[in-house]
Amino acid sequence: MSAKQVLTTLMMTLALVATGSLAQAVDMPEQVSLDTLAELFDGVAFDHAMHTDLGEDCSACHHHTTGTGTLDERCVSCHAESEEVVPVSCRGCHVADPFSAEHINRKAQDVYQFHVDTPGLKAAYHWSCVNCHAEMGGPTDCQDCHARTAAGDDFYRADVSGSSTSGKSGH
Amino acid sequence: MSGISRRRFLAASVAGCAATTLAGPKKALAAGSFTGYSDSMGVLVDLTRCIGCRSCEAACNKEQNLPAPDRPFDDQSVFDETFHGGTQQRRPDENAYTVVNRYNPEKSESPVYRKVQCNHCNEPSCLSSCFVNAYTKTKEGAVVYNSNVCVGCRTCMVACPFSIPAYSYSSAFDPVIKKCIFCHDTRLKNGLPPACVDICPQEALTFGKRKDLLKIGHQRIQTHPGRYVDHIYGEKEFGGTSWMYLSSVAFDEVGFDVNVSNEPIINNVKDFLGTVPMVLAIWPAMFTGFHLLAKKKDEHAEHDHDAEQHHDEEGGEQ
Repeated sequence: MSAKQVLTTLMMTLALVATGSLAQAVDMPEQVSLDTLAELFDGVAFDHAMHTDLGEDCSACHHHTTGTGTLDERCVSCHAESEEVVPVSCRGCHVADPFSAEHINRKAQDVYQFHVDTPGLKAAYHWSCVNCHAEMGGPTDCQDCHARTAAGDDFYRADVSGSSTSGKSGH
Repeated sequence: MSGISRRRFLAASVAGCAATTLAGPKKALAAGSFTGYSDSMGVLVDLTRCIGCRSCEAACNKEQNLPAPDRPFDDQSVFDETFHGGTQQRRPDENAYTVVNRYNPEKSESPVYRKVQCNHCNEPSCLSSCFVNAYTKTKEGAVVYNSNVCVGCRTCMVACPFSIPAYSYSSAFDPVIKKCIFCHDTRLKNGLPPACVDICPQEALTFGKRKDLLKIGHQRIQTHPGRYVDHIYGEKEFGGTSWMYLSSVAFDEVGFDVNVSNEPIINNVKDFLGTVPMVLAIWPAMFTGFHLLAKKKDEHAEHDHDAEQHHDEEGGEQ
């Protein structure tokens, strides 16, 4: 009987661990494609697993949406014990078109309370990534994270010779 | 002219003068100060966010169909360019309506970048100085101009406190003024943000209603007192501008003119200009009156003289 009990306990523990890791595998993607805004640059294949391995608190990037509290003292009063919420991805809250007429008018209606100055998706990506990379010594050049597309080359006028030092612009 | 009609004329002139004198100052006051259209749009430039990528310059070039630049837009060596013996950095010209400059303030560990373009004043001095009325401040907040009526006098270049309007010196036959128009024709009037705002990867440029941007700006200062200087450049400068700036360092360290008035430039001459219509109405009436009075005196003298002569002649005959 005692052997059976041990076995049962062991089985249950294993099952729990398996369920737990399964849940974690579903919740935490290994890799995230940040490509909804890709146009002048390719999307970023964000190595989520590598970044979580760096040991940072989930809240460092996810604010209060992962149910792990918040690191920002200004958010504590409301979100110290916020539970995990459904839109946990960046684009779940940060809109792609923060300056559209609809969004500007919605902002003016004062329904956002403290979230009135929330950055759009593009800025949310760049602030999270670039600021942390600068602090931690990660890569910070544009093309370190996303290669420029042909459209991007046109846009930045890569076709123009960079050797000119005439300094014609200005006056 | 009979005596009665002259008297009536003078009385009417005096009444006219009185009316103009009373109405004149009232009208000048009504012209007052214009603090901007209530729902006009603006941009809040946050210098603490700008990384000097020059994407805004590229976006402007594309949107406004400007000529190819000397160097690609990702070339950061342009920040080393100086003019006039190193006293001036790049500024907008006919080929670039916006430029980004780099500053190395003493108190800042990292360089500070500042985007320069037309600030779209609430009461623009370019507009008030233009004698062909080429400029318009639109209800959306943009200061636009009609190059078809521009005669190339360049008065606006002198009038602008930010040295923004540029001149197309390269055009031999039809030189006109060129400057940032807030992408009014292609974007702003359709409710879209200007191209530079759209492209900025850092949201260093926040587009919105000017009144909302002021709230947001003050909120940022309040939330991060260590990050910002407690001032929004453009909130009051020269009567307020549609484009405004937040900075982590004193504004004069990043190329802003800080010894400026909070009054629109036009206020320097508004009182004087208010008296012009009054002068135009009073002076003709007044001098006509003087003229008539003087003429009447002459007429009397002449008449008396004639009468005397006539009398003498009559006496002589007798």
